[in-house]
Amino acid sequence: MKRDPKDLARYTASERANHWAVGITFILLGLSGLTFFHPAFYPLNQLFGGGVWARILHPFIGVVMALSFVAMFFRFWKLNVITPTDKEWLSRIGEMVDGDDHNMPEAGKYNGGQKLLFWLLVACMALLTVSGIVIWRAYFSALFPIGLIRLSSVVHAAAAAGMIVLIIVHVYAAIWTRGTIRAMWYGTVSRAWAKQHHPAWFRQITGGGK
Amino acid sequence: MALQSLDIKARSATTTPSPAVRETMPVAKLIDISKCIGCKACQAACMEWNDLRDEVGTNVGVYDNPADLSAKSWTLMRFSEVEVEQGKLEWLIRKDGCMHCADPGCLKACPAPGAIVQYSNGIVDFHEENCIGCGYCVTGCPFNVPRISAQDSKAYKCTLCSDRVAVGMEPACVKTCPTGAIVFGAKEDMITHAEGRVTDLKSRGYANAGLYDPQGVGGTHVMYVLQHADKPELYSGLPRDPAISPMVGLWKGVAKPLASFAIGLVAIGSLFHYVMKGPNEVSKDIEKEFEE
Ligand code: HEM
Ligand code: SF4
Ligand code: SF4
Repeated sequence: MKRDPKDLARYTASERANHWAVGITFILLGLSGLTFFHPAFYPLNQLFGGGVWARILHPFIGVVMALSFVAMFFRFWKLNVITPTDKEWLSRIGEMVDGDDHNMPEAGKYNGGQKLLFWLLVACMALLTVSGIVIWRAYFSALFPIGLIRLSSVVHAAAAAGMIVLIIVHVYAAIWTRGTIRAMWYGTVSRAWAKQHHPAWFRQITGGGK
Repeated sequence: MALQSLDIKARSATTTPSPAVRETMPVAKLIDISKCIGCKACQAACMEWNDLRDEVGTNVGVYDNPADLSAKSWTLMRFSEVEVEQGKLEWLIRKDGCMHCADPGCLKACPAPGAIVQYSNGIVDFHEENCIGCGYCVTGCPFNVPRISAQDSKAYKCTLCSDRVAVGMEPACVKTCPTGAIVFGAKEDMITHAEGRVTDLKSRGYANAGLYDPQGVGGTHVMYVLQHADKPELYSGLPRDPAISPMVGLWKGVAKPLASFAIGLVAIGSLFHYVMKGPNEVSKDIEKEFEE
């Protein structure tokens, strides 16, 4: 696809690479983690070379994801601070889901829903990382009392299920809002896209022009 | 490891029925602590029958040897010196190992299909060829029994000699005990036998003697006769009311099928949202604005 020189830059190459590192490790973690989650998903272990390999690989992939996620957190957290406009946006989220964005408050680079999702994902990742270390039998579990291991097992499973739901919503929102996926491939979006979906951001970087 | 296959009552991480056409009689091993002299013949018999030799450890200043259960030591004597009443020292020696719970926390927690099975005779057995080494059984067990081997990352514990019992023999430890402190048979008979022992102990001044067959885990297929059944903790921390932890219940209960269902619903719901509401596109007005 030939890019329009008037397109707006939304993500740098390193931001995109970082996001893909998180995305790929997340998918691997979700598939391998579900293996242990419920017997219905146990066959997924075949993608990793069997149950033992899934058990061995999952926590190491987790470490890679946690590190990539921390890097991404420092790139984006300032842009995700929730403002009163975002709260207003969130209170009208029903209209948005209904497919009518006419009365939605103007979003900046991120709308209220994206920001809320960001913080929920941060919470899930923190819980998953801490609990994941505690239940990592081969290296760490012996350091912790049994009560904490049991609690961490519950927390890890719950946070994982929560994060999978959040990511389904995240990916769907990107598919639903046409013209968004390219931001993660090429880093650019069209001007019309920006004006439609993130008007305040559009004005900020174009000075209001066309 | 075992020979049985048609009398499986429960199987880890399995949601369909297991082969169960053959029904066997519930069995139990009864360990009478008041008769145990701490000779460790049962420990030796266990390593011999199972053909396991643990690392030779170091003396830690007490009789317990080895100091803890391991992937190669499935039973061991725990010695505790307690003053139950002022001036009356007692040496309470408990043979520790898997209790073969009727409601086994290990089996409930295990994510690998068929890595843990429970036979209709009550024996809980690990099938190491299906074990993935996650250690969830350790998390689930209320008695701190399973051990993950450092050599092969598989979980091991007492099998109650399921291989011997399957062919009509008693467990190796039972056969070996020189004082008759360990007996084996139908669980019903073992309870009757224990009642006789308890009556005898009571007549000898142990007013609180009793049988340890904790109902919190549905009863166990390894039971103890305790001189002080009112204080099981005296016996190297034998739990008073063992039960599968509520945390493990929450982790392995209905929450997971519900969560799995919810995940599926969100995914399918997204598809239906797209089909019913259509994509969120740039409006024609704005599009025109940017067309030269
Ligand atoms: C630093 C990050 C992480 C670490 C260290 C970690 C570690 C672990 C460990 C040790 C287990 C037990 C199985 C095994 O031994 O392999 C596990 C289970 C699991 N993990 Fe993770 N994990 C991490 C991140 C994640 C993420 C991001 C997900 C997201 C989908 C996830 C989903 C799961 C699930 C669903 C289970 C099964 C839980 C259960 O048995 O109920 N993990 N994890
Ligand atoms: S370590 Fe083996 S037996 Fe124990 S829960 Fe994991 S798979 Fe099951
Ligand atoms: S004592 Fe522990 S390992 Fe043995 S059956 Fe009960 S839960 Fe399983």
